[in-house]
Amino acid sequence: MSQVGLARLQFGVTTIYHFLFVPITIGMAFMLAILETLYWRNPTDRGRQTINFFGRLFLINFAVGVVTGILQEFQFGMNWSNYSRFVGDVFGAPLAVEALAAFFLESTFLGIWIFGWDRVSPRIHALSMWLVAIGTSLSAFWILTANAFMQEPVGYKIVHGHAEMTNFFALLGNPQLWVEFPHTELAALATGAFVVIGVSAYFLARNRHVEWFRLPFQLGLIVASITSVLVILVGHDQAQHLIVAQPMKMAASEALWHTSALHASWSVVSFFNPATHHTWWSLSIPYLLSILAYNRLSGRVLGISALQHLYVHRYGPGNYVPPVFVTFWAFRFMILIGFLMAILAVWGLILVHKGRVLERPRYLRLMVWATGLPILGNIMGWVMTEVGRQPWIVFGLQKTVDGVSPTVPIGDIWITLIGFALLYGVVALIEVRLLLKFIRLGPGAAEPVPPPTTEFLSVGESL
Amino acid sequence: MSLPTLWFILIAILFVGYLFLEGFDYGVGMLLPFVGHTDQERRAILATIGPVWDANEVWLITAGGALFAAFPNWYATLFSGFYLGLALLLGGLIVRGVGLEFRSKDAHPRWRHMWDVLIVVGSAIPPVVWGLAMGNLLHGVPINAQMNYVGTFFTLLNPYALVGAVAAVLLFVLHGALYLSLKAPEELRSRAQKAAYTVGIWATVFYFGFVVLSYFYSNFVHTLGVDPGPIPILAGLSMIAIRFLLPGKHYGWAFAATGLTVTLSTASVFLALFPRVMISTLNPHWSLTIYNASSNPYSLKVMTIVAISVLPIVLAYQAWTYWVFRRRIHLEDTFHY
Repeated sequence: MSQVGLARLQFGVTTIYHFLFVPITIGMAFMLAILETLYWRNPTDRGRQTINFFGRLFLINFAVGVVTGILQEFQFGMNWSNYSRFVGDVFGAPLAVEALAAFFLESTFLGIWIFGWDRVSPRIHALSMWLVAIGTSLSAFWILTANAFMQEPVGYKIVHGHAEMTNFFALLGNPQLWVEFPHTELAALATGAFVVIGVSAYFLARNRHVEWFRLPFQLGLIVASITSVLVILVGHDQAQHLIVAQPMKMAASEALWHTSALHASWSVVSFFNPATHHTWWSLSIPYLLSILAYNRLSGRVLGISALQHLYVHRYGPGNYVPPVFVTFWAFRFMILIGFLMAILAVWGLILVHKGRVLERPRYLRLMVWATGLPILGNIMGWVMTEVGRQPWIVFGLQKTVDGVSPTVPIGDIWITLIGFALLYGVVALIEVRLLLKFIRLGPGAAEPVPPPTTEFLSVGESL
Repeated sequence: MSLPTLWFILIAILFVGYLFLEGFDYGVGMLLPFVGHTDQERRAILATIGPVWDANEVWLITAGGALFAAFPNWYATLFSGFYLGLALLLGGLIVRGVGLEFRSKDAHPRWRHMWDVLIVVGSAIPPVVWGLAMGNLLHGVPINAQMNYVGTFFTLLNPYALVGAVAAVLLFVLHGALYLSLKAPEELRSRAQKAAYTVGIWATVFYFGFVVLSYFYSNFVHTLGVDPGPIPILAGLSMIAIRFLLPGKHYGWAFAATGLTVTLSTASVFLALFPRVMISTLNPHWSLTIYNASSNPYSLKVMTIVAISVLPIVLAYQAWTYWVFRRRIHLEDTFHY
């Protein structure tokens, strides 16, 4: 595999892994903040146990998110030094602000939250979780400010072959940011809600700790219903923006080889050969693509061939078509998952409203498995947006192949790729085992018993 | 003062903050099984850094982000050049970070033993890597005309840098031992103090060994002169002061002195480099300086406004957490870690 291929694989593996945990952190922080606000207003033992229970799961997840996030901060310099030189002037600023304004906030107040139950007042304690929640969302905002620049560069000029920032407020007002951030943030909130719903449903379905999990379950359904409906609406806005800003990504995610007819239909599924641009079979809904793109029944959507022609004219010879297969199916799965989430959440809310949810064990068991939906959906969305931007690393300005570190030996990339993959794999196994263990233990479970002391004496002396 | 100079100083301050604060976290981590013999003792030791270590680590992330924003070329050359070293650092931080959280999540002795070992290793790796980095930054590394590092990983493992690595490990163990003597349960104080005595001697030897070698292996003397000025001299003096503060049982002052040594030594490295940020051993004209590595003035101005408005708030609430958790840990407390 080439150097750029390996560097991309490493970035993909580590970023997708990191992004499994981050939305859970963002969403659960908000759920915990709401739960603790309710507890602050009405302190009960049961409320405290519920917070401790979800808090423990939150912290196990948070730890993995944090440590894999450090790698993200340095990976640009390690594997993408030419990219860093090209864009650091613009791209570095949101990253630095993220650390300064968001990471300090979340880490400091999480310390207060974990260790401060007896050190600060209940009000400050609840406030700490709100600050953690705000910190995690601010972090999402700043990192997406950086990412939005890669999708749609604004507020810069090219000087001596690299991008220089000319307007910070243009970065903050990037239209791409204002569709990308709400979509991602809402998806993250939905993810946290689905985790809380799934865990609660596990107990409700078994008729265990019903009094503990009724509240988080209902709260989760309310948050999940609102956010998963909104995420679809904002996603629709994002797709419409895509038509204007990155039409090639849109064409690829539709496998639209040739510019559509005036009344464009939307293919639900399609089987095609990306090499020959041949579609064997597809199931299409008439007019839907025009509606999705322009909110009306008619309107052409540019196809891949036309855009390729246009880009050659604009950017010079080269292949400007992203991997269509991945982009197309990632988009489809994301949409499917998004609708399933909204349906399940709203359905649950109706059942709760009718007071019948506890009589529906099948629904409850389904919601346990539904925890995986948003986590998978997040990855699909991320894959679509990043793979669909190829061959660009910064759209229209720098190609991915030109962004890599030119002098890092290929053997070194292999070492770190395999090393991090193994390390991440082991950490994931441990994390999942711990999460399942603490879910099964349930709320109010006693601390693990300290082990016999003698075994430990030997460790210190032998080391 | 020019903007690149201001940002050079701010980067130095961020690294000082990181090394001072995470320095004792690393020391505590490395000392974990030596000062804590029973499981409860080890949990008490982890409780001394529990509420603060994560925020301390953010100083490193902020330093990395600020480096990226203010000196993209420095960020790019440093991290792609010290590639495997940095990967090792990240591996260490990952293992250590999850170790702190996961250790208490199972009561099996083998589980806790495994994490104890990993916490020790994960806490030792960062000082090793930063020691190596300091040595190589002062000595210079092969950098070509396109600002790219062209050596190998083994170029970085020269004797001078290795002495720096050992010195950094020992200095942080000392720093951590003194922190523990202030924060750990009464029952563990004497062990922490004993560790400070034993390690302190070797820390002094290697620290000054590195200083002496710096006169031969770096152009420290060309930039700072035989009389390097107040900052490096004070760094050395505070290192020597520890030898007198320890027998006098002034542990609080001794901790302040290791902190001062860490702070001023880091400042000295930055002073010795200034205005260069990475020295090329191939051609002095290929060195990265604060001028050819920095972002444009507009970008630096924006960052300055953000830093000036946010950093004081961060310092205030971080100081407040140290105040909230100022109490010494007791063995009979219940522990999260």
